[in-house]
Amino acid sequence: MIRASPFAFLTESRAALTTLALIVAAAAIVPALNLMVPAGSPVHVPTWVVTLLGKYLTYALLALSVDLIWGFCGILSLGHGAFFALGGYAMGMYLMRQIGERGVYKHPVLPDFMVFLNWKDLPWYWYGFDVFPFALLMVVLVPGALAFAFGWFAFRSRVTGVYLSIITQALTFALMLAFFRNDMGFGGNNGLTDFKDILGANLQADGTRAALFAASAVALAVGYVVCRFIVASRLGRVLIAIRDAESRTRFLGYRVEHYMLFVFVVSAVLAGVAGALYVPQVGIINPSEFSPANSIEIVIWVAVGGRGSLHGAILGAILVNYAKTYFTGALPEAWLYVLGGLFIFVTLFLPKGLVGSIPAFAAKDFSFFGLRFGPAKTEARP
Amino acid sequence: MSPATHAPLAGAIAHQPTAALHAQPARKDTILYLDGVSVSFDGFRVLNDLSLYVLAGGLRAIIGPNGAGKTTMMDVITGKTKPDAGEIYFDGTIDLIALDETRIANLGIGRKFQKPTVFENHTVFENLELALKGGRDAFASLFFRLGAEQRTRIEEVLETVALADQRFRVAGDLSHGQKQWLEIGMLLMQDPELMLIDEPVAGMTDAETEETASLLKEIAKTRSVVVVEHDMDFVRALDCRVTVLHEGAVLAEGSLDTVQGNERVVEVYLGR
Repeated sequence: MIRASPFAFLTESRAALTTLALIVAAAAIVPALNLMVPAGSPVHVPTWVVTLLGKYLTYALLALSVDLIWGFCGILSLGHGAFFALGGYAMGMYLMRQIGERGVYKHPVLPDFMVFLNWKDLPWYWYGFDVFPFALLMVVLVPGALAFAFGWFAFRSRVTGVYLSIITQALTFALMLAFFRNDMGFGGNNGLTDFKDILGANLQADGTRAALFAASAVALAVGYVVCRFIVASRLGRVLIAIRDAESRTRFLGYRVEHYMLFVFVVSAVLAGVAGALYVPQVGIINPSEFSPANSIEIVIWVAVGGRGSLHGAILGAILVNYAKTYFTGALPEAWLYVLGGLFIFVTLFLPKGLVGSIPAFAAKDFSFFGLRFGPAKTEARP
Repeated sequence: MSPATHAPLAGAIAHQPTAALHAQPARKDTILYLDGVSVSFDGFRVLNDLSLYVLAGGLRAIIGPNGAGKTTMMDVITGKTKPDAGEIYFDGTIDLIALDETRIANLGIGRKFQKPTVFENHTVFENLELALKGGRDAFASLFFRLGAEQRTRIEEVLETVALADQRFRVAGDLSHGQKQWLEIGMLLMQDPELMLIDEPVAGMTDAETEETASLLKEIAKTRSVVVVEHDMDFVRALDCRVTVLHEGAVLAEGSLDTVQGNERVVEVYLGR
């Protein structure tokens, strides 16, 4: 157990290496197949697919952030969409400022919706967002600060379990109502949209799309490494200890609320980064991103993939969102039933999610509805 | 808090007015000093003006029928429950009333729960490593690496609690008795001055009970140990001073034979 190398947290886990390799491969191959292969070729990846996959990757990062707190520390946040949306708004504000005079009203500074509302000056909290590094800083800082303030009070007061879930839900709902208001200065109902370019590159161009995909993949890879590092450290073992026996951990002398706060803030920052990458790819951010249902959906992705498994969360997010894309196209009215059914199915029959259940198949000892699959002989435990 | 509200031993005297139950030692000589501690839940007084003094070093057994307040007493000492009245001092000088569980644990009071509570998804080794003294800071734990000395300490404790060959097993797979021992091992890793042990032999075989008694006697050579237990054979094997709790106060104290000969104790236990 003495780690030989500082990267042992990655190299000693085959799942971690495989996951990272797949993400990095995707970051290279998908843009290449889009940009370098001619459109007529069967292996050409059209730009809309690149963008769709890029969106999945940001969802995967979001799922990772929820899995980090829920799977490893038992904090079930039903409001993580809020941190995702805040990161998205921070990026959206940058993209709005980039529009400049190309808006409908041709105002050099004010975004269209402000002109429309007869505002004369840019509100103070919009200052600085025309500078990309500042916007990036806000992408990290705003969700992180909110999570810190929220977690500080919640964890210190020992609000846990269902109560915490309800409060996080209330948090995202309150933010949704606030962002719906026009005088908040974030575009109200319509949110922020009509983006033109990012860092001077046209957002509609194939190259920009491919670069955003690659950036999403890199962010996911970095997020994965960060989570993996946390989970494999002693801090990660304390988190699991808190999840499994909180008061035992306290009586061992651990300041449980500090650990929870740390991991909650890290998770919120990851969610914010995911939101910031999501917005330029889908081209809009509006208050519906704060809706409680969105946050619950994230939890379902994680549950389907495998709570407490980092690559499980990624897999769950991608599979469920692929299913969503398929069903909302083929059978739009069926999607919510499929999602609900999936959640019930996973909760009842695959409590460890897909990733946790595959070894159960392999172990030749899997029962389904009381039916046993595989050879009947039972092996002694090693 | 307010010394004027109670006379020393008021609770005990109410039960047994004829004789002073136990002399009140000077606070500075005690490892654990509870004076006039009261706790009520929904108007029911679980601890009723409880005064209990434990001298530093050695073993102390606490017995009493169900509902006598044994576990609540552990809760007020370890900061889980705040008393309504009374004083609690650790090591003669440290007031525990204002402190929370984490602070109290780090002062050097270890607690074993009635139901064995170990980290079921961690291995035996990891359970002990988590209990290792020091290094409780969250950021530091992110970069923590086990040192050679600490590894040796874990190996020692693995031997002491007879779990050396189980070190890579997940704690959830251990037998009930093994979990009890693992939890005692975790307490040893904390290296506390005072160990509070709640029903360590519940669900153990006779042989395991005997081994546990000698283990605790061994541990008590280097630190103070307070054991709450129902099992009279086990308490006899501990061969130490016994305090009987009843209705949230001390009913009797002395050697096991003395308290077993006490009429009030017999009455309480047999319900006459």
